[in-house]
Amino acid sequence: MTERNEGSLQEYVTATIGSQLFGLPIRRVQDVFMPERVTRVPLAPPEIAGVLNMRGRIVTLIDLRRRLGLPDRAESGPVMAIGVESRGESYGLLIDAVGEVLKLDIEAREANPVNLDPELARVSAGIHRLDGQLLMALDVDRLLDIGPRAAAA
Amino acid sequence: MDDLLREFVTETNESLDVVDVELVRFEQEPNNAEILGNVFRLVHTIKGTCGFLALPRLEALAHAAEALMGKFRDGVPATSEAVTVILASIDRIKSILEGIERDQREPEGSDADLIGRLEQLCEQAGPSPKFDPDGEVPTAPELLVSEETYERPEATAPQAAAAKDGSTAHKDEDGKGGGQSIRVTVETLEQLMTMVSELVLTRNQLLEIVRRHAESEFKAPLQRLSNVTAELQEGVMKTRMQPIGNAWQKLPRVVRDLSTELGKHIDLEMLGAETELDRQVLDLIKDPLTHMVRNSADHGLETPAERRAAGKPERGRIRLSAYHEGGFIVIQIADDGRGLDTARIKAKAIAQGLVSEADAQKLTEAQIHKFIFAPGFSTASMVTNISGRGVGMDVVRNNIDQIGGAIDVKSVAGAGLSFTIKIPLTLAIVAALIVQAGGDHFAIPQLAVVELVRARSGTDHRIERIRDTAVLRLRDKLLPLARLTTLLGMDDKSDLESGYIVVAQVGSQTFGVVVDGVFHTEEIVVKPMSSKLRHIAMFSGNTILGDGSVIMIVDPNGIAQAIGSAVNSQMAAAQAVEAERREGPAEQATSLLVFRAGAPQAKAVPLSLITRLEEVDARTIELSNGRHMVQYRGQLMPLVRMNESVRVRGEGAQPLLVFSDGARSMALVVDEIVDIVEDRLDIQVASDNAGVLGSAIVKGQATEIIDVGHFLPLAFEDWFRRKEAPARAKRQTVLLVDDSPFFRNMLTPVLQAAGYKVTAAASAAEALSLIKDGGAFDIVITDVEMPEMDGYQLAETLRADAQTAALPVIALASAVSAEAIERGRRAGFHDFVAKFDRQGLIASLKEQSELGQVA
Repeated sequence: MTERNEGSLQEYVTATIGSQLFGLPIRRVQDVFMPERVTRVPLAPPEIAGVLNMRGRIVTLIDLRRRLGLPDRAESGPVMAIGVESRGESYGLLIDAVGEVLKLDIEAREANPVNLDPELARVSAGIHRLDGQLLMALDVDRLLDIGPRAAAA
Repeated sequence: MDDLLREFVTETNESLDVVDVELVRFEQEPNNAEILGNVFRLVHTIKGTCGFLALPRLEALAHAAEALMGKFRDGVPATSEAVTVILASIDRIKSILEGIERDQREPEGSDADLIGRLEQLCEQAGPSPKFDPDGEVPTAPELLVSEETYERPEATAPQAAAAKDGSTAHKDEDGKGGGQSIRVTVETLEQLMTMVSELVLTRNQLLEIVRRHAESEFKAPLQRLSNVTAELQEGVMKTRMQPIGNAWQKLPRVVRDLSTELGKHIDLEMLGAETELDRQVLDLIKDPLTHMVRNSADHGLETPAERRAAGKPERGRIRLSAYHEGGFIVIQIADDGRGLDTARIKAKAIAQGLVSEADAQKLTEAQIHKFIFAPGFSTASMVTNISGRGVGMDVVRNNIDQIGGAIDVKSVAGAGLSFTIKIPLTLAIVAALIVQAGGDHFAIPQLAVVELVRARSGTDHRIERIRDTAVLRLRDKLLPLARLTTLLGMDDKSDLESGYIVVAQVGSQTFGVVVDGVFHTEEIVVKPMSSKLRHIAMFSGNTILGDGSVIMIVDPNGIAQAIGSAVNSQMAAAQAVEAERREGPAEQATSLLVFRAGAPQAKAVPLSLITRLEEVDARTIELSNGRHMVQYRGQLMPLVRMNESVRVRGEGAQPLLVFSDGARSMALVVDEIVDIVEDRLDIQVASDNAGVLGSAIVKGQATEIIDVGHFLPLAFEDWFRRKEAPARAKRQTVLLVDDSPFFRNMLTPVLQAAGYKVTAAASAAEALSLIKDGGAFDIVITDVEMPEMDGYQLAETLRADAQTAALPVIALASAVSAEAIERGRRAGFHDFVAKFDRQGLIASLKEQSELGQVA
């Protein structure tokens, strides 16, 4: 499941959280949906926004803002989720809005700046410089590496 | 792997399991030609197939075994030795099969040893049949059957599958098997089960929609769909069912091997092997069952000599039985051995700190027996070797808890022991009660729910409070109550009285869970929690309801653990010990008895020090020689007042705190017993008053902690000069070694009050092992007179080791003579303190710790 592969072009599904642009490798993205009827899970780690039923499967929603250490959403309004799978389980990554699919050259991907927030640096596969903004490529497996630490108390 | 080879490995493994069982049967009934025929045929088939697949090692071994069995069939008596060698050959065949499965070829190695012995036995058996036991030894017809399979190895598939279904091969003779069954992989069945689960959910959703529309043309077809779905679900569930005999298959062999090894005669009875249950459940109980049977054979049953001496038949019996009861399967494992050693279990439980000595006296035998399920209880080798029971019984209980089952133990000394296990038939679909709490819905497995209660003041079902703890008075019982929202860490301000109480039972623990609303019961399909949420002990899974929403399934075990406290002292004690281990001794909570005596301010004393709480009729209190006395259990018990302001009542009931050490008892006169609380004993202000250790905050209230040690000599002047039995440990900077639990309990708060962290050890040996295990102690305080290794020897041992040579040791002695002091100096005591001289002890401690710091 490496994210660099055949050729040097990588297709990303882009998403915004606040003003920041993120990219997820398209091969890992199952679908994009609007989460409805979310059930919150008491005692769950804070990054976990809840669970919901998607066509008979139980999907665990990850609040990417919390996962990435960003402030909680101020305004209410529709949120979107990007569906991914890992080890046979379904997850939805909560984002503010989904953008277009971009084809980017992996060779042009730059390493994380040294002063990047360590929490972000852990889940970032690198930075792409686009016209006027930066896109952070996310490592899905590391994003989903959520331990029970927060809920242990 | 080559399909043919894989098929061969699977089938042969199954056949071998049957051979195992049949051979043991055969040994017991050597004249039963039918059994021998079965075994012979199976081994012959294995041999034949090996030849086809070019597996020379297997073929040679099977051939040698077959030859020996051929001799049996010809009428040569089967000796135990011969059966043992054949069983060993079967084990070897199994290990070769494992190799084949792994590497797809026969592993290297030689079987000359086994083949040699087999051939030797064959020769000893002689060439000619000596007698024909009943003239019915099958010869030609049996061979014909095997020849047939020899030619068409694939034809064995249905047979082997049938053998797997039934407990043993004799199922074939019942007319089952043959072409009636086909082999389906477990994955396929699991897949089917998942699909059916989805179908059930979709059906539920449709029904929900139609319910909202009074007139719908979908109603009739939907009803049919619903029925078909239900039948389909049942059918698929059936495919997952397997007879429990499958889990028992290996047991005859296990018992046989153990009885040979131990020189015991053991009959294994198996009743209800055909009782079916879900294979997932079956897998989970297989190991615990084997474990328990092994325990029975190994430790439960006595040797033939012991049995004869006890007037029992020489042959011990282990009986396994299984039957259905409601949605459960009940499995019993019973033996007619010696039963559990209650005294030893009690001693062990006290030593491990699972229960205080005082509490232990109040427990019934049955309650004591339950300690064998306490975590870590059995790992101690002492119990294993001597009383025998409880090897890993905590593990067994865990496995059973996991599948929502319950286990109970009954033991009658000298007559036997039986375990009863009750487990649900399936885990995939369960009935659950849907409840509401904090605005969300949750499912509580019906299995754990005993009843629903609406609490109202003024009725029989009242909610009462003992301090901050809410309890439900339900008929004659007090049940601990907890709000589901609180357990789940959700906000909730609603009134306890306005809710519904779900009374639930887990094992021996009954408790009430308060919820806001109760809806209905529903068959839910259990889906495992996401791996990110699996650590939450309060939930066992989640499910999708008919309306499409996801809800959490509450785990009654998790709740029981969270609630587990005062009321159900035993399991709670076990958990507390575990929690203590986890959190470290600093956070250790002490059970304190809060009472009032002579003043409105609360007083408290560690509960573990108190033997009993009593109320006596004030008129029975006598005044003799200026002291209050009361007749108690056939003795005169002195009553002690804490100070002048405590009044001994002239009439009515007089509450007393009774303290006993050995046969002697005294009682403190109190005005009122207020509460029993669980809190950290953290004495903040030391006291100069005699009889008061100091003040601590107990449940938010300033409370005087009473120094029991001060009052005991008031009753009996020689209280401290007497000697008692063994002890245990808490870990801190002072290591207190005393074989009397009473003194350990008494001195621990004294030392804590003086600002020391205390670890107590019950014996010199325990103290040494604590030190060796890396316990960092600054000072050791030890009793001088202890059984086995006394204080002098302990000090000498510590001196002799370079690592501990500098560790200060203070001796506690009931008599301090010049001679004892001199001997102590030689042994390496740094100081000698009289046992009742607490001031002296504190002073000495101070001196030694200051010396230690300088050094």
